[in-house]
Formats: sequence, C-alpha cells, structure tokens
Amino acid sequence: MAEDLRAVEGSRLADGVRAYLIIAWMWVRSTMAYRASFIMLTIGQFLGSGLDFAAIMLMFAHTPHLGGFSLGEVAFLYGTSGVALGLADLLIGNTDKLGQRVRDGSFDTLLVRPVPVFAQVAADRFALRRVGRISQTAVVLGWSFTVIEVDWTVGRVLMVPLMILSGTAIFGSLFVLGAAFQFWASDAAEVQNAFIYGGNTLTQFPPTVFAKDLVRGATFLVPLAFVNWMPALYILGRPDPLALPRLMDFASPVAAALSCAVAALAWRAGLRGYRSTGS
Amino acid sequence: MSIESSGTAEPSTPSTPSEPSATAGRAACAGATAARGGFIELDGLVKSFTVRRKAGVLRRTKHEVRAVDGISFSVARGEMVGYIGPNGAGKSTTIKMLTGILVPTSGRLTVAGLDPARERTRLARRIGVVFGQRTTLWWDLPLRDSYHLMRRMYRIPDARYRQNLDHCTELLDLGPLMDVPVRQLSLGQRMRGDIAAALLHDPEVLYLDEPTIGLDVVSKAKVREFLRTVNEELGTTVLLTTHDLTDIEQLCERVMVIDHGRLVHDGGLDALHADGGSERTLVVDLERELPPIEVEGARAVRVEGPRQWLAFPASASAAPLVAEIAAEYPLVDLSVREPAIEDVIARMYADRSAL
Ligand SMILES: Nc1ncnc2c1ncn2[C@@H]1O[C@H](COP(=O)(O)OP(=O)(O)O)[C@@H](O)[C@H]1O
Ligand SMILES: [Mg+2]
Repeated sequence: MAEDLRAVEGSRLADGVRAYLIIAWMWVRSTMAYRASFIMLTIGQFLGSGLDFAAIMLMFAHTPHLGGFSLGEVAFLYGTSGVALGLADLLIGNTDKLGQRVRDGSFDTLLVRPVPVFAQVAADRFALRRVGRISQTAVVLGWSFTVIEVDWTVGRVLMVPLMILSGTAIFGSLFVLGAAFQFWASDAAEVQNAFIYGGNTLTQFPPTVFAKDLVRGATFLVPLAFVNWMPALYILGRPDPLALPRLMDFASPVAAALSCAVAALAWRAGLRGYRSTGS
Repeated sequence: MSIESSGTAEPSTPSTPSEPSATAGRAACAGATAARGGFIELDGLVKSFTVRRKAGVLRRTKHEVRAVDGISFSVARGEMVGYIGPNGAGKSTTIKMLTGILVPTSGRLTVAGLDPARERTRLARRIGVVFGQRTTLWWDLPLRDSYHLMRRMYRIPDARYRQNLDHCTELLDLGPLMDVPVRQLSLGQRMRGDIAAALLHDPEVLYLDEPTIGLDVVSKAKVREFLRTVNEELGTTVLLTTHDLTDIEQLCERVMVIDHGRLVHDGGLDALHADGGSERTLVVDLERELPPIEVEGARAVRVEGPRQWLAFPASASAAPLVAEIAAEYPLVDLSVREPAIEDVIARMYADRSAL
C-alpha cells in the first residue's frame, strides 16, 4: 500500500517535471523567434542588476569595511544571494502571476489539463532572459573568490554549492508561499515581492550592519539568514552576531527543506480552497 | 478522428443516438434515469458559495448563494444534450463540478466512473472542455504551438494527432490561422481554435460552456455544424450550455433547463415549448411594403416597412407556414427566431401557478 502510494507520488513528480520542461521549452522556442529582442532584454537584465553592485562599490569608495566585511566578502554575499534568487526566479518566478489568473478565471483552464497544475503555473511564460541576472551575480561571485582569503578545506568548498541550492530552495518556497496566498487574496503579489526582493537586498549585506532584531527575524521568522549568512559565516570564519551555536552554520539544507514543506502545504491548502469565480 | 479508438482502457462502443440508451434520458424528468449507470451521473448535486457583502463602513454580512441547488440527471454515452438557462442560473458552476474544478458541497457525481474533484487529473485525459469566455490556448503563442503543447501534455500519439488536427483544421477552417498568435484572433476564430484544442486527444465527452456567446452568425453556424459532426461521426458525448435556444434547436434532441440552480425541465425541445406554450418568430422580408400578412397559424405582431414579424407556436413546424407565405407574397428573405429562454421559463412558471 505504502509502496503503491509512493509509486503514485513518484509518477506525479515525474509527470510534473516533464510537463514543466515541455511548457518551459515551448516558451524558450517562442522567445527565440525574436532573437534580437531576447538578446537585448538579457543584456538589459545583466546591466540592470549590475547597478546594484555598482552602488555597493561606491559605498566602499568611502570605507574599507562594511560591518567588518571587506568588499570581496560583501561581493561573496551579494553573489550567493543573487545567484540563488536568480535561479529561483528563473525556475518558478512566474508563480507570482497566479493571482491574476485566479481573478480573470483562466486558472480554471489549467485545472482541466492532465498534468499537475503547479508545473503549469511555474513554467508559464518561462523567461530565459533571467539568465541575465544570474550571470551578472555569478560574475561578481566568481570575482569574489579571487579576492577573499579563505582556507579552502573540502567542507568549505562543498558548502558553496550547498548554500546556493539551499538559497534557491528558500527563495523558491517564498515564491510558492506568496503564490498560495494569492488563492485567497488575489492581489497579494506586492507583499510577496516585498519579502523576496527585500530579502535579496538584506542578504547582499553582512548581518553585522543590521539591528539584531532584524537579523533574528530573518533567522527564525523568514529563514533568509540561511540563504547565505549562516553558511558564509562558516566559510569566511566569522563569529555569529547572534552568537548562535556553530551547528546553525550548517543548517541551511534543513531550513530549506522546512520552508519547502511549509510552502507545499500552503499551496495544497490554497488549491483545495480554490472556488473559481462567478462569471 | 475515427470511432474505433477513444483513447481509453475501457472498451467503449459509443452508442449512436438511435440506440435506446441515448434516448432514454428524454423520456422522463430529473433523476428518473439516474439509477442505470449513465456516462455522466448527478444525484442531488449542490454547490453553495459563501459570499461576503459590505453592509456598512466596516460591517460585512455573510450569506450563502446556492448556485446549484440539488440537481440530478444522467447522460448516456453518445448523447448531445443542451443545458440552458438564464444568466446566473448555475450552468457554469455545474460544468465546473463536472470537470473537477469545483468540489460539490453535497450530492453525488460521477463521470466515466470517476469522481471528478478527487480524480481531476486522471479524468482530464478523457474529457474536453471549452469555455466560451476564456481560452485554453496560450495567449502569446501561435495556434500551431498551442496544439503542439497539447499533444505533448496529453501524450497524443503522433499519427492520431496529425489525423485529428487535419480533421479539425479542415472542418473548422483553421488553416490560415495556424501561425497567428491567439491574442490576434477574432472571437469566432479563437472559439474555433479552442474547440479544436479540446478534441485533439479524442475525449469521450466534450463540455462547452457558452460556445456561441458573442459569435457572429457565420462562426455560430460553423461551430454548430462541427459539433454535430463530432457527435454523429465520433460518438463523442456532448454537453453544451447556452442561453440561446437557437443552439439547442439546431443541435440537441434533449434539453435540460436550469433556473436558480434547479432543473426545471429535462426532455425534448418540443415538450419544452408545449410546456411553456411559447412562440417563435418568423421574420419575413418582402419585396415592398404590404399590409400585415394573414396566414393560418401565425399572426403578424410587427410591421416595419417591407419587414414583418409573425409569431407562431414554437411547437409547430415553420415549413408549411413558409410555403404558404412564399406562395402568396413576394418573399425576399426570411429567418426564424427562437423565443428568449427567459420568456420560456417565465411562461413555464405562469402555467404551473395557474394549475
Ligand atoms: N466562485 C463563485 N463565488 C461566488 N459566487 C459564485 C461563484 N461562481 C458562481 N457564483 C454565483 O452562482 C450563481 C450561478 O453562477 P453560474 O454558474 O456562473 O451561472 P451561469 O453560468 O448559469 O450564468 C450566480 O449567482 C453567481 O454569482
Ligand atoms: Mg456561465
């Protein structure tokens, strides 16, 4: 029985991934029909998101340290947070359009197709131009490796991909949580964006520059601290401003799994409560 | 699209409309046929919504809207049924429950032996749905790409897909539209595109929610013609909602009328008209202005220049009337108008309270 159930769940997941890839690929193909415009938009994203970092460099023109962190170290935070958000945004960022679909009733049409509805929502209007942001932040991250002084043990090396994956999952679950909320309040996209992009800005800077309460909130309420702060403290060999146990530096995958679980539950509840619209 | 494969594991021999199972539903009113496992089975189905209304500056009152209020009916495989009622009667809500979009508040419901809300994704493979007011197509993609996506999503075998697409393209005249993004299509074109999309995977049942709303005369005719072909040639069960009696007149032998969430008629269109004693209108264009036409079985209700409106009982045939007029008057053009559904229902109620 349990095995059957697992098989069913497994095939649902496979179905979902397959549907996601089919839809996303269709959008990529249709984008490529206007190749010049795609290239312009991607470059635009690259430059636009580069402005952020230019602002940070300007700050360092006046001070060698920010909350005790060097430019290279801040670049490391900026890069990890940016790549994580960029990946989450690329993969499921379009879930924030859900409210609009609920409002105009087009969500109904997704429900009558034989593939998981989440895959359809996530892959809808898959925008490859978002690699613009990902590559810009990746360039900054790459540069940071050349300037930060780290004793690169195996653990520290492995921590880098692990924190990026965890960060992607955490930002991703914020997207899903926000989308689930839009089942009830179909105009909640603003709140969601405030959390996600606010969280991104927050984690671009060291935790030491913020008030302790804010850092606490970002650790225990919205698990933003696990996107990069905690693992970065370990990699950079810094003390924890909240003086939490060292074990917390390694807790990012756990925090990511937890937030994914919460997001999945919220999504299910939202979907179950969906009541369509009267015409 | 051919009859032998309906894309399911079950052996399905679609009954032709002449078989008794298909006509059984016409014999009696609500629920009488529900006992013998039809393809679509509803038993005491209810859907209520809680609506919050502003009742003051801050106060809000909750109240319950029973959009569907205890509906029972049964539709056999291969039937083509009209589901008709005024705006807000509960037609769309019924369709949404039949497709698994909405969970019924109470009552029993099965489609092809499945519980739509619980087995929505599984059922989706076996049904086709067309919403008149919203498209299932991808707004920014050309029709061709939308269909291609459908093929992949429904895992339609290649040969099958080609065959079905060619068939639809031909009958619905989609050829010139294939490379046009959906958002650039006219309402009629988009509707035809949507209907084709709903049929590519050989669904056993096709639901259409107001497929002719807002369409021009030519598109309406094309859509009706196509639906008739699908039902007759492929044996696809068709349930269509509309508030235009003309759709029903031209397509369905069986019509269910819903009003305020309740089924008020289930049977033939003739019986509906006999029930309500409603009248159809013959619009006659003559060569020149003439005094009101006088013929047996109809009366002129309006004259405007060379155009005249004649009312006759909806249960009567228009043919003898037309023949008679054509013989005695210089006829240029004519058309028949069905009574408005609101009038038919109003008459039904009037009749009942008179009893
Ligand atoms: N999602 C919903 N929330 C609240 N009320 C609804 C909803 N859907 C339908 N209704 C109400 O239920 C009634 C029936 O609606 P509907 O089924 O759309 O009617 P029809 O399709 O026959 O025009 C209407 O009064 C409508 O306002
Ligand atoms: Mg409706």
